[in-house]
Amino acid sequence: MTTVYVPRDTTALALEADAVAERLQTGAAHRGQPVDLVRNGSRGLFWLEPLVEVDTPDGRMAYGPVTPDDVPGLLDAGMLGGQPDHPLCQGLTESIPYLRDQQRLTFARTGVIDPVSLEDYRASGGWQGLEAALAMAPEAIVDAVTESGLRGRGGAAFPAGTKWRTVLEADPERPGSHWSGQKFIACNADEGDAGTFADRMLMEGDPYCLIEGMVIAGLAVGATRGFIYLRSEYPNAAGILNEALQRAESAGYLGESVCGSGRAFHLSVRLGAGAYICGEETSMLDSLEGKRGMVRVKPPLPAHRGLFGQPTVINNVLTLASVPFILREGARSYADYGMGRSRGTQPFQLAGNIARGGLVELAFGVTLRTLLEDFGGGTASGARMRAVQVGGPLGSYLPESHWDEPMDYEGFSEVGGMIGHGGIVVFDESVDMAAQARFAMHFCEDESCGKCTPCRIGAVRGVEVIDRIIANQERDTNLTLLDDLCETMEQGSLCAMGGMTPNPVRSALQHFPEDFQRPAPTAHAGGG
Amino acid sequence: MLGYFDPATDAGTPPVESTEQVRLTIDGQSVTVPEGTSVMRAAALAGISIPKLCATESLEAFGSCRLCLVAIEGKRGTPAACTTPVAEGMTVRTDTERVQRLRRQVMELYMSDHPPEYLSRSDRSDCELQDRVAQVGLETVRYGFEGRNHLDAEVDDSNPYFQFDPAKCIVCSRCVRACDEVQGTFALTIQGRGFDSTVAASQDDDFIDSECVSCGACVQACPTDALLEKSIIEEGLPDHSVRTTCAYCGVGCSFKAEMKGERLIRMVPDQDGHANHGHSCVKGRFAFGYATHPDRLTTPMIRNHIDEPWREVGWEEAIDFAARRLKAIQAEHGRESIGGITSSRCTNEETYLVQKLVRAGFGNNNTDTCARVCHSPTGYGLKMTLGESAGTQTFDSVMHSDVILVIGANPTDAHPVFASQVRRRLRQGATLIVADPRAIDLLHTPHADPGLHLPLKPGTNVALINAMAHVVVTEGLEDQAFIDQRCDPDAFQRWRRFISEERHSPEATESETGVPADRLREAARLFGTAGNASIYYGLGVSEHSQGSTMVMGIANLAMATGNIGREGVGVNPLRGQNNVQGSCDMGSFPHELPGYQHVGLEDVRHSFELDWGVTIDDEAGLRIPNMLDAAIDGDFRGLYVQGEDIAQSDPNTQHVEAALRSLDCLIVQDLFLNETAKFAHVLLPGSSFLEKDGTFTNAERRINRVRQAMTPLAGKADWEITQDLSNALGYPMHYSHPSEIMDEIARLTPTFRGVSFEKIDRLGSIQWPCNDEHPEGTPIMHETDFPIGLGRFAVTEYVPTTERSNSRYPLLLTTGRILSQYNVGAQTRRTRNDTWHAEDVLDLHPQDAEDRGIRDGDWVGITSRTGSTVLHAVVSERMPPGVVYTTFHHPVSGANVITTDNSDWATNCPEYKVTAVQVEKVHQPSRWQQRHEADDRQQRAFLTGSLAVPEDE
Repeated sequence: MTTVYVPRDTTALALEADAVAERLQTGAAHRGQPVDLVRNGSRGLFWLEPLVEVDTPDGRMAYGPVTPDDVPGLLDAGMLGGQPDHPLCQGLTESIPYLRDQQRLTFARTGVIDPVSLEDYRASGGWQGLEAALAMAPEAIVDAVTESGLRGRGGAAFPAGTKWRTVLEADPERPGSHWSGQKFIACNADEGDAGTFADRMLMEGDPYCLIEGMVIAGLAVGATRGFIYLRSEYPNAAGILNEALQRAESAGYLGESVCGSGRAFHLSVRLGAGAYICGEETSMLDSLEGKRGMVRVKPPLPAHRGLFGQPTVINNVLTLASVPFILREGARSYADYGMGRSRGTQPFQLAGNIARGGLVELAFGVTLRTLLEDFGGGTASGARMRAVQVGGPLGSYLPESHWDEPMDYEGFSEVGGMIGHGGIVVFDESVDMAAQARFAMHFCEDESCGKCTPCRIGAVRGVEVIDRIIANQERDTNLTLLDDLCETMEQGSLCAMGGMTPNPVRSALQHFPEDFQRPAPTAHAGGG
Repeated sequence: MLGYFDPATDAGTPPVESTEQVRLTIDGQSVTVPEGTSVMRAAALAGISIPKLCATESLEAFGSCRLCLVAIEGKRGTPAACTTPVAEGMTVRTDTERVQRLRRQVMELYMSDHPPEYLSRSDRSDCELQDRVAQVGLETVRYGFEGRNHLDAEVDDSNPYFQFDPAKCIVCSRCVRACDEVQGTFALTIQGRGFDSTVAASQDDDFIDSECVSCGACVQACPTDALLEKSIIEEGLPDHSVRTTCAYCGVGCSFKAEMKGERLIRMVPDQDGHANHGHSCVKGRFAFGYATHPDRLTTPMIRNHIDEPWREVGWEEAIDFAARRLKAIQAEHGRESIGGITSSRCTNEETYLVQKLVRAGFGNNNTDTCARVCHSPTGYGLKMTLGESAGTQTFDSVMHSDVILVIGANPTDAHPVFASQVRRRLRQGATLIVADPRAIDLLHTPHADPGLHLPLKPGTNVALINAMAHVVVTEGLEDQAFIDQRCDPDAFQRWRRFISEERHSPEATESETGVPADRLREAARLFGTAGNASIYYGLGVSEHSQGSTMVMGIANLAMATGNIGREGVGVNPLRGQNNVQGSCDMGSFPHELPGYQHVGLEDVRHSFELDWGVTIDDEAGLRIPNMLDAAIDGDFRGLYVQGEDIAQSDPNTQHVEAALRSLDCLIVQDLFLNETAKFAHVLLPGSSFLEKDGTFTNAERRINRVRQAMTPLAGKADWEITQDLSNALGYPMHYSHPSEIMDEIARLTPTFRGVSFEKIDRLGSIQWPCNDEHPEGTPIMHETDFPIGLGRFAVTEYVPTTERSNSRYPLLLTTGRILSQYNVGAQTRRTRNDTWHAEDVLDLHPQDAEDRGIRDGDWVGITSRTGSTVLHAVVSERMPPGVVYTTFHHPVSGANVITTDNSDWATNCPEYKVTAVQVEKVHQPSRWQQRHEADDRQQRAFLTGSLAVPEDE
């Protein structure tokens, strides 16, 4: 029986992948050629979704983007035999340059396997990192992560090994507390930045990889409980994760005795309630505790007093999902990728006005231009590309003059950029950068938790001041005021939400001043 | 300007205890502070004031206002001083141009959403925000005032005492945090997010409809005018303040009475108060209106007969009338035919003076006090076992307790400020055990583990405490080292044999107490293995026929487990009234001179006789119930009552009334025409705590100063009235100030030897014993030994009360207090606290209600063997089946019409807490209530000199 892959990833589902799968299965059966249908994750080539793959002796043959109506024609053209004679045939998947030219370490399995199949996972090197970790002392695991150079992929790029060591060494005894003695692993899967999807793609395509990473983290720091804080906007990921958790537990990878080692790790998913700020780690802790998500002051660091006041490792999905590779292949293998102090790979996410949107995992050091042009293929509209926002809604807008900097954490920040979670949103020349600056403040106004003054009031005033600038009211005074406000927010805010909101505002002003000199628009059109 | 408006006194973050000291430099100044201290606090200690709004030293640092930004060498950006801990060698600048600019810009944001007039300083408010505006030097708001704002937000003035104006709120969360951290009610929250964040009570209710308990912590914490006392709005800011002590419960909170001339504007809890540390409850904080209520008696009055109208007279005539009558009675009926009752609401000095008047002026020992009906068993029971008639700890000690056992007390209502401290400890992880028929609110402490409830049947305390001790002894949980070292071995062995008997086991007593044996065992094990276990108890222990036995049982349990003599442990009676500890200390009881010195002891008498120049009767005098019985018999004919309302508060009202009616001379000295005064011949207008100097002693033996804030309404402080009466009777007293009375007390009372007003003023407060050995007082008692040497275990045989339910009276009535009201309500009923509790009601279990066809709000008749009364019913799951509950704050409720004559075997403390009753649906008030209402109208009419009974008041 021929094996056919139709993704169950959210992106594919949004493009009618379920209907495609159904038409395929019934159509094939009708033709007397029943197929073995595997619902895999996404390869991350979104312009080709739903990307249907067929197993052939030469490898998997790709067809996409496939609509339900394309199915009879594809079957007629011999798709099940791997025939290439159809306009939607993309050749062998692995040979598609977009995929071929990546360095997929973390996403090696995503889109390849059935995400909830334990056999698939094991067959593709799964659990080997865990097995290695089980044979190691906690300190040795932490050492390996430190040596790999892995840094937090959530945006702050804090060295993961350092964080783990802090938790490993933290005293969890809190006399009188219900949770005394407990340490936690908390996975931040509240992927809220517009234009980012790597976390979701991994959780939907290779959930065991994240689970394995978390178990290893637990072994490393002495934590026996973990939570995945998942945004509620990812119901598909929640379903897949929960199914994977259940299977992993039944198979003994989770629970009282991980792989019979006698060491416990319990893991469960907690859903957020739709607040962007809960992606900020301390707000996330509040939310996990069942409270309203509000930013906490640091110190104390979550590594000392985190969830329920106990030492807690908080890492992003991608950070934790990088760990199995490191333990399986060795820290050096991971550290061999990258440049400077940015080691390993970064899954970049191409979005916005781009011809070939999707996930591109590459070692640090790649330039924006390579990503935008070689992989992205320019704008989707065909118009000139004008601005790129990197690192989410709090990242700077970069003009073309900055697209040739190699992207590593340190070097990129020197040009005012921020890699953050690796989101890249592209705008063509029709963009109104004043509206984008206004949108940045408006976004902060919408999403501020309200705890600190610079963010709570500052964002509101930011919108108002930009409106006055756009309307040419006391322009110079208001430009000064906006500059002062940006300084207040940067220097005075409690967390990155308010502290980084000035990035897009200032960069828009700096690189695209001409957009702020237009006559007042008739309405306050929101951007983004 | 008043002290607390001065921000310099608030170091911004709480003090930190650490063995490590850290040295740092702030603005070039070297500072050494304990490790963990915030930069803000370190700066404040060095005299450097960093602007702040969301920080105050009573709350944990929060870091939201961002006004306290500073520059720290080697650190990126501008961290907040409140949330940044000091580090060795740190160099901090609080005044760089950059931080000054940032602060100004932050303040500019604040003011862009605030009424513009707050930009300029005004004297109309005590708004901290305005001070900060000036401090950071903000003069204009470049954003203007036309942007999004909250200026049109609606004011919530639903609370009778304070209002919330969101237009003036800066969302600093100090109120929310005060409600959480200080009060522990968690009634407030921030609703909405970002710019829409607003302070909300409960589920965005009005304050009055929310879970708010009006403790005032939020108002106190608010740095703006958003939460503000209505009295400030109505009467303006005070111009001076007087530090004094609250006159409500036995917690003894320190307050600043803030005055505008002679007028009390508001009571502000004192941060430096040793009992309350700046916290308060709705009574002490707000319910002071009674002090100037129109009902206050301001002129002495006399009458020949209680069916006559009152006649207003001068002080001299009133005192002379009283003295002549008393002398005449003694001339005809003998020296023993008169007596006096001291007040647990008056000062130590006043109480001392009344008993001195009785002993030296009347020439007998017929003195007693209202402690008779509340904590007399505590005095007896603790003296017999531990050797001193007082609680062993400070309130702060509870912060070191691992297990807290609360028996027969309801601290969240009756001792709210202490309850907040207990709740703080419970949130930190201590374990709570409650032995009470009702599921009291302490069991529902937010953010703490649920406590262990032992819902015993009323009247079975001793069986319960014996069972706990039985488990301790039979499961080897005793602290043998403590027992060997500190306790009398014979008494212990005797007790141990007794308590080990199987009949005391939880299994054997389960049917009696109603407490499941396994749950009781769990409680005993928790208590026995806690580390630090403390016991707090109330009138649910003492007001029983075995009250004294129970107190001794408690002491036994504490000794057996070694929980005496250090922080975190102890035996702690929660005293009901402000000075009930003091009134007992001051020799109010008929058998004891001040300091619990027995009148039968010759050397004791001798020292007093030398000082007072009289001979003291060597026999104990009459207790209150004896006085009342003797009055009915005709042997007791004259009574001087200072500040107590026995007609309402003593059991079996009809009996009390009959006794009072038979007196030839009843002298009542009180603030109001209370129930007792309706039977009086002489009315002497008393003075409130605001009108005099003196001291109160709280439940932790803490002697606190009461200071005069206003002139006595009727011209005399209570001690002056007693002195006048004494002089008129021919026993001379010539004190010119209460401090002289305290000097005399110190002279004659070993435990008070080192006490003086001067020393209390200097130290803030003193916990007795205070003498040469403990010149600054004794926070924790019995640290090395007991006053009687070795602790004495007492055999505590359980004897069931004769007051038992049967087919005719199938339910057990028990009584208690509610937060907003205080005791017989004479004070709180004359304040706006009536908003919360306009009448007493009867709580009963849904099953008992259904059996009787009773629904919420029905009139129900409650009938006991003694009498009957009528109340509205409240059907409540909090009650166990078979037990009904009411409060006694309103005279017309007649709670004591139904209570019985049963009393504690040792002290005659009435058995208020157990009355067998029947409850049924009725349609009108009881006969007693109808008569009471008519009598009340009549007596009120007599006040105005009228004979007629007006139809309506």
